[in-house]
Amino acid sequence: MNFKHKYLFLLPGLLVLLGILIFPIGFTVRLSFSSWDSFYPGLDFIGLDNYIRLFTDDMRFWEAFGRLSLLSLTTVFLQYVIGFSLALMVWKQIVFQRFFRVLFLIPMMTTPVIMTVVWRTFFHESLGPANDFLSLFGMQPLWLSSEILSKFTVILVEVWQWTPFMFLLLLAGLLSLPKEPYLAASIDGAGPVRTFVYVTFPLMAPISIGAIIIRLIEASKIMDTVYVLTSGGPGTATETSSFYIFIKGLREFQFGYSAALSLTYLVIMIISFTIIAKILTKLMVRGS
Amino acid sequence: MRLFYITLKYLAVTLWSVFVIAPFLWAISTSFKDFQSVTGGATYIPWVDFEPTLDGWQSLFKSPARGGVDIVEPFLNSVFVTAAGSLVSIILGTLAAYALSRYTFKAGPMRNGDITFFFISQRIMPPVVLAIPFFIMLGKLGLLDTLLGLVLVYVVLLMPIAVWIMVDFFNKVPQEIDETALIDGCNPFQAFYKVVLPNSIPGIIVAGMFCMIFGWTDFFFAFILTFTEVQLLPVAIVALNSSITPWWSLSAAALVSVAPLVVVAFIVERYLSKGNLSGALK
Repeated sequence: MNFKHKYLFLLPGLLVLLGILIFPIGFTVRLSFSSWDSFYPGLDFIGLDNYIRLFTDDMRFWEAFGRLSLLSLTTVFLQYVIGFSLALMVWKQIVFQRFFRVLFLIPMMTTPVIMTVVWRTFFHESLGPANDFLSLFGMQPLWLSSEILSKFTVILVEVWQWTPFMFLLLLAGLLSLPKEPYLAASIDGAGPVRTFVYVTFPLMAPISIGAIIIRLIEASKIMDTVYVLTSGGPGTATETSSFYIFIKGLREFQFGYSAALSLTYLVIMIISFTIIAKILTKLMVRGS
Repeated sequence: MRLFYITLKYLAVTLWSVFVIAPFLWAISTSFKDFQSVTGGATYIPWVDFEPTLDGWQSLFKSPARGGVDIVEPFLNSVFVTAAGSLVSIILGTLAAYALSRYTFKAGPMRNGDITFFFISQRIMPPVVLAIPFFIMLGKLGLLDTLLGLVLVYVVLLMPIAVWIMVDFFNKVPQEIDETALIDGCNPFQAFYKVVLPNSIPGIIVAGMFCMIFGWTDFFFAFILTFTEVQLLPVAIVALNSSITPWWSLSAAALVSVAPLVVVAFIVERYLSKGNLSGALK
């Protein structure tokens, strides 16, 4: 095929993306070596000071990172288990099949911050329905202002919001599975549990891995929910990495330092995702 | 035993459905309340628990000066930014995806797979990492607090999604159809435009839907990069959250913002059932 045409197809998109991104990324790198803040705006050069501060003197960043790992791994695990179960349930015969499929997709179509605003009224400690219901049993949990429970509330809202995404990818996968292995399994007299363990799960492994990785990437960015639901509180109980960087950068205007935080965080993320992808592939493929 | 399975299945499906619907029912009920019925503790059923009013819904169309929250303009802004961002992303993304699917590229050690990964990897970037330099860059260009600035940012956000879905889609469109068109005397652009594109409508619709979802539901960039001139719907509604919190207008506004994309759920399900989505999503 013609040599020049291929560039005319590719380059508009590539150049626009590069054009918009090259400045922000280059600038962030440069910014991370400066002490730009609201008192002394400007690009001075302070060497590795920001990075030294980050690695030696900022427990809050590492705590936020630990919290993020806990939150995102828990939510994605729950989303996978629930999403897969739901997909299996509406995959074969069920009454109102289409109704349930549409219903289970709806949360992912809604704007996270806006639904979080609604959830906030839902979990309001004296005026919301959650506590109104639980008060029948004499309970008045502090959904948003207790250290432990606020994490649980964030997880609950995230699971509500994003299980549909997992459900969608997994159901699309289930619907495209070949028929032959199932015939073979039923000839061998395998029951539903054995069929799932030896046929469905292994066949779904590649899709599962893809879906989990995508969700982990998106979950690691968790920020909107936290901002609206708890603002990172009480104290720093629900503060995640993104939210901490946001506070340093756009609340305290320590641009230089927040750039160093951003880049460090990005590198950690890329390394973690590579490792997680390798581990998942090993685990799931060995399973088959 | 079989009966047990089935009972369990319906129980689980019902429970999850209740969980999914709960916040919507709560918002619908709250949107018809007034000050009394919100602050007196949780109430649920209109006419039984509380006397419904239309104040919440009416306030959406009143200007703040007259005690309303006016979400008409933010709504239109959101529609424009989402539509423009999605359109640009789909056009550029589809072209790039076509190139990546049909031709081989070599740039140093980079191959097609690496270029595709470069596009998609933009999604790994947490918004907060990009927000600060975008803030400074748009400030320098005089594009802070403008619709155009937001569209630019949304293109970065959405093009990776378009490329990701379309590359997989084109890989499944048989190469013979473009080759036949080329033999029939089309140049590569005509072949793409007249033959490949019409066969790619399902993929483009799926990609478009995902761009719309992620554009419409973005909050963070709009929150950082706009102030007073341009306000998008999510930002306008979250702003309500921090003020004295009129729950009734807040709920009504939330429902308005959520409604358009619920339609998308129906379309996605149709594609899913026809088996078109599995090809486009893997």
